[in-house]
Amino acid sequence: MSNIGSYEKRYENFDWNISAQELDYGKDGMYNIAYYCSDRIVEQGHGEKVALIWQGFIGETKHYTYLDIKIYSNNFARFLIEIGIAPGDRVCIFMDRLPELYISFLGILKMGGITQPLFSAFGEDALFTRLDDAQTKAIITTKKHTGKIRRIRDRLPALEKVIVVDANEKTAKGDEIAFNMEAVPKVEDFPVFKAGPETPSVLHYTSGTTGKPKGALHVHSSILAQYITAKWVLDITPDDIYWCTADPGWVTGTSYGIIGPWANGVTQAVFDSGFSSEKWYQFIEKYKITVWYTAPTAIRLLMKDGVAAVKKHNLNTLRHLVSVGEPLNAEAVVWSEQAFGKPFHDSYWQTETGSIVITNYPGMKIKAGSMGKAFPGITAIVVDQKTFQPIKIPGTVGLIALKPGWPSMFRTYWNNKVMYDAKFRNNWYICGDRASIDNEGYFWFVGRDDDVINTAGHLVGPFEIESALLEHEAVAESAAVGIPDSVNMEVVKAFVALKPGYEPNADLELSIMNYIRKKLSPLAMPQEIEFVDSLPKTRSGKIMRRLLRAKEWGQEIGDVSTLENE
Amino acid sequence: MIEEIKKLIIDYVKREYLEEDAEDEINESTPLISSGIVDSFSMVSLKTFIEKKFNIKIPDEKATTDAFDSVNNIIELLKEFNVT
Repeated sequence: MSNIGSYEKRYENFDWNISAQELDYGKDGMYNIAYYCSDRIVEQGHGEKVALIWQGFIGETKHYTYLDIKIYSNNFARFLIEIGIAPGDRVCIFMDRLPELYISFLGILKMGGITQPLFSAFGEDALFTRLDDAQTKAIITTKKHTGKIRRIRDRLPALEKVIVVDANEKTAKGDEIAFNMEAVPKVEDFPVFKAGPETPSVLHYTSGTTGKPKGALHVHSSILAQYITAKWVLDITPDDIYWCTADPGWVTGTSYGIIGPWANGVTQAVFDSGFSSEKWYQFIEKYKITVWYTAPTAIRLLMKDGVAAVKKHNLNTLRHLVSVGEPLNAEAVVWSEQAFGKPFHDSYWQTETGSIVITNYPGMKIKAGSMGKAFPGITAIVVDQKTFQPIKIPGTVGLIALKPGWPSMFRTYWNNKVMYDAKFRNNWYICGDRASIDNEGYFWFVGRDDDVINTAGHLVGPFEIESALLEHEAVAESAAVGIPDSVNMEVVKAFVALKPGYEPNADLELSIMNYIRKKLSPLAMPQEIEFVDSLPKTRSGKIMRRLLRAKEWGQEIGDVSTLENE
Repeated sequence: MIEEIKKLIIDYVKREYLEEDAEDEINESTPLISSGIVDSFSMVSLKTFIEKKFNIKIPDEKATTDAFDSVNNIIELLKEFNVT
């Protein structure tokens, strides 16, 4: 029997108080996420239970109990206060998937800070944009990533503290501070900051079609949604060994790589490694993973290596599989049944939603290729793309819209209320994705409603790429669009017009690729570059990405009446 | 010849994928993709570099994460193109 039991009954009778009551949320005025993910579990008598199994690439392992998590996050919290960090300050975490990432996340929350995790593969420009926008006061990192910070720090006057968790007093450079969470005296008891349910907690940056990336701000009561969705959708129980492959630089890695599992008191495993199907299967086998939350891109990479690679291992412990990040194609669902004897369950949500909002539930009939149904407590519909009125005819494509008010919904975009307000129409939150709903209430994903590129489950903004491309010495103008990719769903393609004196060639192509990879991130790096004489523009000079994208996808190009040279 | 190719690729990986003061030591058997030194997205730029240097076109079905996971693996791949 799954945790959710009957989806229909849960949907009919749902109340977010179910989650509040199970967590005893608000007891003695306590609303802080970090308390519910560590101290509370210890108080329940599970201090010796393993909270985190960590394995690095070369096979080194570490185990941390819930008591360890409590104390080491206390150590971080006390240290941050001692160096002058105050409640409400933004503290960035910028490192690979090390134990310190997961534990400092709670430490920041414990002292009242707003945690701002960023993907460690971000280049210096991407890092600068996000730290500058948030006016981040401190960054917690490792020696591996300090070079990028040093190159931009003089342009970040608000960034007062750089904390390096694997440095010591001899190796820390300049005013960088070495801090080893396990070497300092243990802080057994720390007065957890008395956040309110609406106190800001986590700031995750996400990309849009235009402008800079936006910081989606969440609050402490988001845990009500993250806890109950982890329990009902991921179906995790106290006996599970749970593996979320997402990096906490992205929202999945915090909502379901930290908050959801630890609020449920589960043992979770983290593998700090690049992709390798063989190593992933070894990891599942070694730690007897029972619940696995991963991405369609990873599943498609596993598919490339075939069922035989799976069958070399004993993966019988796996009992529930869930995916997130981009639509899960029907072939992947069928393949997972062949390979693992059970299907992957697709789940849909966004940085802004903070938790799963549409999904396939344990025990529910899966329609391969469908997104599933709305989570209990979530009212999800599709609305007309022009009028924003609800669509009532099954199978009609519209925009996915959610009724505001669930606990983990973002509260604003940092310093950008105009953009936040623009996400709402007729009192619906508009997700920006197109879908239809069939006559049984299943959602079917169609595509994005904007130019944002979804590559391997991560949103990449074309504007940010184009802006960076213009900084390359050879680029006169450019356009970035998503093109189809069998593994990553979409990858970035750049159309580039060169300045006089430059000729298209393979060296220049590679130079541009690496330039973007280092400036922004590997995700933003164009996997393909097409050199063109000029780009299609409107009469007002705006590049018509839509035309370029339609050509790549074999779609009708639509209205071109505003095209400059028509 | 093989040693020259190995050095060419190692130098490229060090130059393009590691920070200047990185402590990582790279040799021909160092895992590249599975270690995270070169992620699966950046593998495309490594592939482009190799195709350009040796004037070959590596088809997608041969451009697997395993084939690019070390300099030795890449050498094995290049043998199929008679580069070595």
